[in-house]
Amino acid sequence: MLQTRLCNIRLKNPTILASGILGVTKESVDRIGKAGAGAVTLKSLCHEERKGFDNPTMFAYDGTFLNAVGLPGQGIDSAIRDFKRLDNLSVPVIGSIYGYRIEQFGQVAKKMASLNPSMIEVDISCPHMDYGKPYYADAGLTAKITKAVKKNAGRIPVSIKLSPNVYDIKEIAHAAEKSGANAITAINAASGMVIDIQARKPVLANKIGGVTGPALKPIAVRCVYEVYETVKIPIIGTGGVTYGKDAVEMIMAGATCVGIGSGIYYRGIGIFRKVCNEMEQWMKKNKVKSLNEIRGAGHK
Amino acid sequence: MSHQETCKTDIPQMLEISDVVQEAKEQKSFFFRHSIECKPGQFVMVWMPGLDEKPMAVSYWKKNEFAFTSKAIGKFTNSLDKLKKGDKVGIRGPYGSCFSTKQNSCVVGGGVGMASVSTLIDILKNPIIINGARSKDYLIYLKRYKNKNMIVATDDGSFGRKGFTTDVLNEILSNNKIKVVYTCGQEMMMKKIFEICQKHKVECEASLERYMACGFGICGKCMINDKICCVDGPVFNSRQLNKLSEFGKFARLKSGRKVTIKEYHEMHA
Repeated sequence: MLQTRLCNIRLKNPTILASGILGVTKESVDRIGKAGAGAVTLKSLCHEERKGFDNPTMFAYDGTFLNAVGLPGQGIDSAIRDFKRLDNLSVPVIGSIYGYRIEQFGQVAKKMASLNPSMIEVDISCPHMDYGKPYYADAGLTAKITKAVKKNAGRIPVSIKLSPNVYDIKEIAHAAEKSGANAITAINAASGMVIDIQARKPVLANKIGGVTGPALKPIAVRCVYEVYETVKIPIIGTGGVTYGKDAVEMIMAGATCVGIGSGIYYRGIGIFRKVCNEMEQWMKKNKVKSLNEIRGAGHK
Repeated sequence: MSHQETCKTDIPQMLEISDVVQEAKEQKSFFFRHSIECKPGQFVMVWMPGLDEKPMAVSYWKKNEFAFTSKAIGKFTNSLDKLKKGDKVGIRGPYGSCFSTKQNSCVVGGGVGMASVSTLIDILKNPIIINGARSKDYLIYLKRYKNKNMIVATDDGSFGRKGFTTDVLNEILSNNKIKVVYTCGQEMMMKKIFEICQKHKVECEASLERYMACGFGICGKCMINDKICCVDGPVFNSRQLNKLSEFGKFARLKSGRKVTIKEYHEMHA
């Protein structure tokens, strides 16, 4: 009932672990696969080892989840030794990558491709400003990164992960598709801050971070809706999906698959199975036989 | 559909330090007049605004009061060390799994690791306590447990018996009917304690330490094999320890890179 095709990948269901949550080790990937996720995205890797920011790096209140982890990672070379390959795990794996400079995106993509993931996702939301503007906010830079990654990814499909912190997400999505992207992941976290009024200081060590969780969902649904109107490639709709009804809503906005990240905080690793069961219940109740029937329904 | 799930909150709450107790040369306990629901072996995340946030075991617990015990070894703990009664820190939690509370037990604490087993000692019935450290300056809670069945051992013999906690445990398990051993301390010590327990066919529960960021099972930094240390642990039982091939061997740095336990302790010392 929930079987989904994303590019050339067959998924048993449309739920995908979003990047940045738990996907640090081979064993955690396997554990989330066994917990029912249709696919698992690794925590983003770049050309070097990064410690990330000091704590607090994440916290939550009232349906709002904030994080600023500072893209920690062991680096792609160390990850290659650690993972060895990505095509023999219990679940399809999406390798998330980024770089500081455009050519580094290509270099990391080539190394990631050597692990044979089912897909490569490109995090263009890192705040490096070597080109005057962050990549995610500029259609020209997004196009250049997409081309650099596509050139090095071989047969492996590439998804570009977009940020909501832009004036016009349609323009960015269009640039990615035109440059050869096979899918769009929408969205990354929305920029935000929380100040503790007793401490009189921002709680995140980095002060500014990303808002996810239920608070992000309406922003994500709007972005997926706009991207669906703009491109023909599939969308991984990510942002605040916590219940089956959220996944249905995301698919009605136009998503092919749904990313789940902070949802694990609210409902545990069992969230993948729970969301799938809730989707199936909704489909039976509403006499929907396949997700294709409702995909993009919000546009009609 | 439950909306309680999405109301879940984990944000530091600024609490005033109600008392500071010097436990040993470099070890202090920080008390808070605040009620938390806590089980033995659990920890809180302690935030010093503008500096960092670290996990600390709850070392004293009663109705309307709790404390953690910290040893000044790095940037964060040295700053904590300077705090006085009336200063505030952010607290969230408690988090993590807890010790079982079985009878006929032996509790082994190494150095400041005693802090993780102290709320357990407070509720166990007549446990045998082995409190060990490198030397006298590293021992805590000597006064606190002076009326309990406690054997103190130091590597250099500067206080109590000269020798390792593992030697004392071997003797105790040979001469007493012990059902379970609870332990916290350096990982190499705990590994040996676990092996001794296996040899004597005695249950073991150990509180492990890994670099933590979120404390609630999301960030994946504290993985030990397929276990998330902050929610599946920090307390693991024999059955779990037996399956953890990384126990006593490997840990992950802040970046996620896997290194030997020795390297990990050098980087985090």
